[in-house]
Amino acid sequence: MAMEETVDGGVDVGAMEMPPRHSEFQRFCSVFFSRWLVIVGLVITVAAILLAVCAPIMSPYDPNKQDLEQRLSQPSREHMLGTDALGRDTLSRIIYGSRASLMVAVGALFVATLIGVVMGLIAGYFGGIVYMFIMRFIDALMAFPPILLALVIAGLLGGGLTNIVLALGVGLIPSFARLMCAQVLSVKENDYVMAAHAMGASNQRIMLLHIVPNSFPPLIVQVSLWVGFAILAEAGLSFLGVGIQPPTAAWGAMVNDGYKYLLTNPVLSFAPGGAIMLVVFGFNMIGDGLRDALDPRLRGKL
Amino acid sequence: MSVLLNVENLSTHFRTYRGLVKAVDGISYYINEREIVGLVGESGCGKSVSQLSVMQLIPTPPGEIVDGKVVFDGQDLLKFRAKGAEMRSIRGAKIAIIFQEPMTSLNPVLTICRQLTETLELHLNMDKQAARERAIELLGLVGIPEARNRIDDYPHQFSGGMRQRVMVAMALSCNPKILISDEPTTALDVTTQAQILELMKEMVMRFNASLVIVTHNLGLVARYVERIYVMYAGRIVESGTSKDIFGTPRHPYTIGLLKCVPRLDESQDRKLVPIDGIPPSLINMRPTCAFLPRCQYHTERCKRENWPGLRHLEGQHYVACYVETQEGHEASAR
Amino acid sequence: MSGFIIRRLIQTVFVLILVTLIVFIVMRFLPGDPILLYLSEDQVRNFTPQQIAEVRHRFGLDNPIMVQYVDWIHGISHGDLGISMSYRIPVWEEVSRRVPITFYLGSIAFVASIIIGIPMGLVAAVRRGKWSDTVATLLANLGITVPVFWLGILMIYLFGLHLRWLPTFGYTSPIDNFWLSARQAIMPVICLSVFAIASSARQTRSAMLEVIQQDYIRTAWAKGLKEQVIIFRHALKNGLIPVVTLKGISLRNIFGGSVLVETVFNVPGMGRLAVDAMMSRDYAIVQGVILIIAVVVCLANLIVDISYGWLDPRIRYG
Repeated sequence: MAMEETVDGGVDVGAMEMPPRHSEFQRFCSVFFSRWLVIVGLVITVAAILLAVCAPIMSPYDPNKQDLEQRLSQPSREHMLGTDALGRDTLSRIIYGSRASLMVAVGALFVATLIGVVMGLIAGYFGGIVYMFIMRFIDALMAFPPILLALVIAGLLGGGLTNIVLALGVGLIPSFARLMCAQVLSVKENDYVMAAHAMGASNQRIMLLHIVPNSFPPLIVQVSLWVGFAILAEAGLSFLGVGIQPPTAAWGAMVNDGYKYLLTNPVLSFAPGGAIMLVVFGFNMIGDGLRDALDPRLRGKL
Repeated sequence: MSVLLNVENLSTHFRTYRGLVKAVDGISYYINEREIVGLVGESGCGKSVSQLSVMQLIPTPPGEIVDGKVVFDGQDLLKFRAKGAEMRSIRGAKIAIIFQEPMTSLNPVLTICRQLTETLELHLNMDKQAARERAIELLGLVGIPEARNRIDDYPHQFSGGMRQRVMVAMALSCNPKILISDEPTTALDVTTQAQILELMKEMVMRFNASLVIVTHNLGLVARYVERIYVMYAGRIVESGTSKDIFGTPRHPYTIGLLKCVPRLDESQDRKLVPIDGIPPSLINMRPTCAFLPRCQYHTERCKRENWPGLRHLEGQHYVACYVETQEGHEASAR
Repeated sequence: MSGFIIRRLIQTVFVLILVTLIVFIVMRFLPGDPILLYLSEDQVRNFTPQQIAEVRHRFGLDNPIMVQYVDWIHGISHGDLGISMSYRIPVWEEVSRRVPITFYLGSIAFVASIIIGIPMGLVAAVRRGKWSDTVATLLANLGITVPVFWLGILMIYLFGLHLRWLPTFGYTSPIDNFWLSARQAIMPVICLSVFAIASSARQTRSAMLEVIQQDYIRTAWAKGLKEQVIIFRHALKNGLIPVVTLKGISLRNIFGGSVLVETVFNVPGMGRLAVDAMMSRDYAIVQGVILIIAVVVCLANLIVDISYGWLDPRIRYG
């Protein structure tokens, strides 16, 4: 094909070979999937979510069904991880336990993100005294260890899923509030925000349409990095006996129950703890991968 | 004048997730003693990378110096390990480089004194006291007022222009034979730009050193440089003395660059003519001339054959172009 | 710098006030009778309405909220944190008995996070991509994933029950019997330290990686300095700044960890006290413990901020 000459005598650039254009998504994928650990984490996490969702199908026994004839049995073909003091199948309880962990973790993060984002948005956007008050309140909230705070709040509110979610969520608010506030402060200075103001956009409009969408990448990274911690916290709380009430299966509580039988049936404590660790590891790896892939500074670089 | 640095066929490639970037693709140049040389080209043409390659400061996981010889003081620098003792004894001591970002090129948590004396103590074996005195002297030389009072200050306590002067002092502290200045003025305002260039010229004359000015601003270097190398897409497309390049430019790119520079000896009505198009991507480049898509003077030959390579015109003037001299003459007159 | 210190001091005072408010609100406003702060559940059940009203009046619980708050603050400033129902002694007495124990274990964990965690992160950053980075990063990632109570149980199983190298629980003061105390403390201290060391290593690694890419490090290379000098004189000081600022939070997390570790190993520290008191509804103690922990964390943050201000010349010299 002959090269066409344009009016000014130059060569039609379109006829030259250009390197393939990579979309943002392709770039994201190539960075995210570049580390095998991240892929492993993704597999584990997806498996855990599937287990939680399909628990009734996947679990061999009813987790609450007691079989006192078979109490404290060792791992066998019948009960792959043995049974606990009430004859309940450990493997089934572990599968069902994933529900408790994931629901609490997701719920607590949802609460924390919702409240934290709103607080950070208001603090960062309005600045001045509002900023000062909110930030100091966040500092104060941050002074309490999340587990202790959740212990106290859940203890006072009573056990149960919603109360645990709230109690843990409160402890996680600070990091999201701070992140959102920092985002707002940096985005606020951009010219397009000034332009929106000049066109008469209301504060809410600016906040919702401009600032929040731009904050999604770091927020997503932050959430993914905290899921692991939330799961660990939930496990710690159920280990202490706070939170998900028996007889519902919860990994931390299972570890506690198994503690008494450590010499004879170590599996009762080891297995649920291992499950916790595996799932937390999966989420942490995803979090790391997301952070690398969404890091704006790495964009367009090697 | 003898040759101080002779670079032959230097090539530096970078592995990116999009492909192989040939940032520097077989360039050759030389620097004489007590000479001021300009290395000119657009952003991304490889001029900075070439200088970093000479100093072996290329980050080696993505980058790699794949070919070439850099002969300095009778030795090929590229044969030394990048972090080895031989290379370290050259950097800062024999060849020094000043980077373009004065705001971020100085360590914020160390005093100016520390940052100046560490090279003095390392390369010249001075003791602390002597090094400190020499540092104060150097600060005074580059025009920092009240040097003795300011020597213990931190970088953030200096303005951008003063930090650039400090960088000049740091680079010259061990009397290097070659001073490389990478985009010396991009981050500064126009008045300061002129001051810094004057300072560098004065300093290299005083220290009997050579100066390499790497810049995209052709007009800026006109006053100072004796010889110029024009780079495009990782290659040298034209080289010659100042007179050659400014008086009789031959390469369409050089011609284009000069047309962008306003001149006092022309009518005020003449329009500044920018060069159409954008710099090429350095990934998967075609073997033909890289400037072809933007070239107003190209011929059929340019489309058929590979990149011309530098051909000797006359004296020290070389050009990498198939376009005949006559046309070039006319081109420069347009 | 002094302006910086004064500002931080004022901020801290403000934060401390908010801390007391949070404790007050949590303990008084959440469902549950605030009378439980002063009486046990049994007593509440068995007292006549008159007796309860009397108690309510005696402890000022029939006053307006603001007055209650002010009274409470007043009491605190004089060291009166109330009376513990379970222990029948002033809260302060019981808590102060436990503080040194948690402090003993916690400070070792804190120091470990510095002397082990930071070099680990440093090595990982400097030897990025190499074998030592992979190992260090993997260990650090594992360290933040392991549930601390599970690790405790694992260790008890291995070292206490199977190998019988270490006692499985209990606490002895080092003053009374140093060797026994040390042997008892090894496992709890390790459990407490793992998370702190791991997160310290991760933070140091990412801070150093960030620093290594900076322009001034490139300048240092261009001057011909040795790699060691560049890392320790140029990079480290910059890299430690963000790590230091996180040390206050690290302390807070160690407190959180001690809640679980002390329970597993039966160590009579503050964390254990909080759990026990919560279980037995001894809210006066719970109130005291969380208040003290939060105050300590706030003060730690203040110290951390001031040292960060001192380390960074941009703050020291404005």
